[in-house]
Amino acid sequence: MTTVASFNIDYLQYLTPNGDLVGDKKPTVATDFEHLKSIYELMVLTRTFDAKAVALQRTGKLGTYASCLGHEAVHIGIGAAMAEADVFAPMYREYGAQFYRGVKLSEVLLYWGGDERGSDFSGPQHDFPWCVPIATQCTHAAGAALAFKLRGEKRAAVSVVGDGGSSKGDFLEAINAASAFKLPMVLMIVNNQWAISVPRKKQSQGRTLAQKGVAGGLPSIQVDGNDYIAVYTAVKAALKRAYEGKGASVIEAITYRLSDHTTADDASRYRPDDEVENAKQFEPIKRMRKYLTNQGQWNEQLENQLLSTCKVDVDAAVEEYQSASKLTVADMFDHMYEELPHDLAEQKVYAQSIEEKSNG
Amino acid sequence: MAKVTMVEAVTMAMSHELEHDKSVVVLGEDVGINGGVFRATAGLAQKFGEDRVIDTPLAEAMIAGMTIGLATQGMKPIAEAQFMGFIFPMFEHIVCHAARMRNRTRGRLTCPLVIRAPYGGGIHAPEHHSESIESMFAHTPGIKVVIPSSPSRAYGLLLAAIRSPDPVLFFEPKRVYHLNKEEVENDGEEYPLDMCFVIREGSDVTLVTWGAMMKETVEAADALAEQGISAEIIDVATISPLDMDTIHESVAKTGRCVIIQEAPKHCSVSSEIAANLADQGLYNLNAPVKRVTGYDTIMPLFKLEKKYMPSVDRILDKVNQVMEVS
Repeated sequence: MTTVASFNIDYLQYLTPNGDLVGDKKPTVATDFEHLKSIYELMVLTRTFDAKAVALQRTGKLGTYASCLGHEAVHIGIGAAMAEADVFAPMYREYGAQFYRGVKLSEVLLYWGGDERGSDFSGPQHDFPWCVPIATQCTHAAGAALAFKLRGEKRAAVSVVGDGGSSKGDFLEAINAASAFKLPMVLMIVNNQWAISVPRKKQSQGRTLAQKGVAGGLPSIQVDGNDYIAVYTAVKAALKRAYEGKGASVIEAITYRLSDHTTADDASRYRPDDEVENAKQFEPIKRMRKYLTNQGQWNEQLENQLLSTCKVDVDAAVEEYQSASKLTVADMFDHMYEELPHDLAEQKVYAQSIEEKSNG
Repeated sequence: MAKVTMVEAVTMAMSHELEHDKSVVVLGEDVGINGGVFRATAGLAQKFGEDRVIDTPLAEAMIAGMTIGLATQGMKPIAEAQFMGFIFPMFEHIVCHAARMRNRTRGRLTCPLVIRAPYGGGIHAPEHHSESIESMFAHTPGIKVVIPSSPSRAYGLLLAAIRSPDPVLFFEPKRVYHLNKEEVENDGEEYPLDMCFVIREGSDVTLVTWGAMMKETVEAADALAEQGISAEIIDVATISPLDMDTIHESVAKTGRCVIIQEAPKHCSVSSEIAANLADQGLYNLNAPVKRVTGYDTIMPLFKLEKKYMPSVDRILDKVNQVMEVS
């Protein structure tokens, strides 16, 4: 018997949970402190926003909301590594990436507040909206990548799934498509250990989820998803490959969902508290703060300033969300087709007459 | 002017758009060098290259998902589902994304795509190759569903589908792919996607149908003419959105309506037409609306398929029933 193929999965980490920089070849971003400080500020803003969104839901001012608590490094790492011309195909909790790309805080609230206008968001107009049917965004990203390739554009598509989503056909079919068409694409797996109540180990017996990319012959690695520097570096490198026409990559970022799945979930029913407590020592913001502090780049005064700025920004976003103009029944109809078909136009007139009566 | 079959008309329309619009691409299983299992893409890869006429891996969900990805990023993809029976892995993408993208993003992203699928029975095909499930899609808001019944309408409607700013499912009645040849000018003239076509004018009864059943319907109308019954024939063509105005107008004239479809009866396009006639056109009717449909059974394997599908006799039987009511 001879070996016809073999593989290994590397694990990339630069910033340890203690805030120490490790690894032989350190990327330049690791000492680009102006960049890292702005990233840290966005991480804290994202977390402040997240806490506020959960609070809004608890007080009846927002619908069900999917928290991103603990995912700040991986999400913002993706966003910061991407170029504006690239297309982002998120699932539904990658706010950090989207904020970096110009999506407004208030737009996230609009979406979870039950208003389609949230998905008509700021930032790159070609980015995909939040995608609830798990992993279907991966084949959309593959299609976008094919469009870029066919037109000879130096752009790439980045899709995100969770550990649960990595079990789905669309994710695997996207890997296969990325391989078959040699697409400029990066398939991210944000492995936060839990797909609602189903733990990572029940998704697959595979030692890593990254190795699913190996089946398509794609370079596939694991990174510490709580380490911004590692995520940024890995995604940047994968995008560089994509731009150079070398094809797609798979990156599994290991992180932890510190929150419930959504505000409609109660993780205490299925997840031991001590596991969550343990995970907190690995979370991304603490280690970035330690690193920046150790490097003399951050201090308590800056931290306090930041926290108050974030509060102001989040309060302003809430204000903007709450003062959004009222939707009317016509909004249900107006974007169904470029031109409203005759029968639907009649339904709209009828719906408006009912609305008028109930307003009157 | 060339005389072409329906499948040749389909090819001609795609070829026309590939030639005139750089954003048009064709993708699917076996659509490349092979030219498709029904030859609908014959010669296109050779003419336009394999970057425009793209063989994909064998994965229907992926084809649909990538078609959406292409469409949202400025391309006009025409995907082929090899048979309607294999469209189910695409269903999620069609219903959850293609149909919703414009609405979900308030028009920021749109899906100007076409998914073509040959459908229907009568060609002695294996299991899962003969169903007619157009009503599943007609039930879905946000897409258009188009079914041609002649070479010229296949050409004109497919052109319109490709140019449509909204997603279109284009279902091709494969039983009549090669049935008739018709003169079709390759002039790029599209047909409207929001109206039914009156194929034959008549005064006694309105026969409403679409797709391959047009064949039996025309034969039935010919037989009725010999009995002295004048049947008006309507080709619905675009089943969603549905042009009820043309149907109401016809029924106002004839007072009688029989709807003929190959699909099962329950919750189908014929149900919608009949309900609409009851709702909006009851006082125009001199007799109950009757339907000739496939049975609410599983589409049988081919030994029984002839018995499943509406026949000329079954159409005549229903027409005679409505004619008996004075």
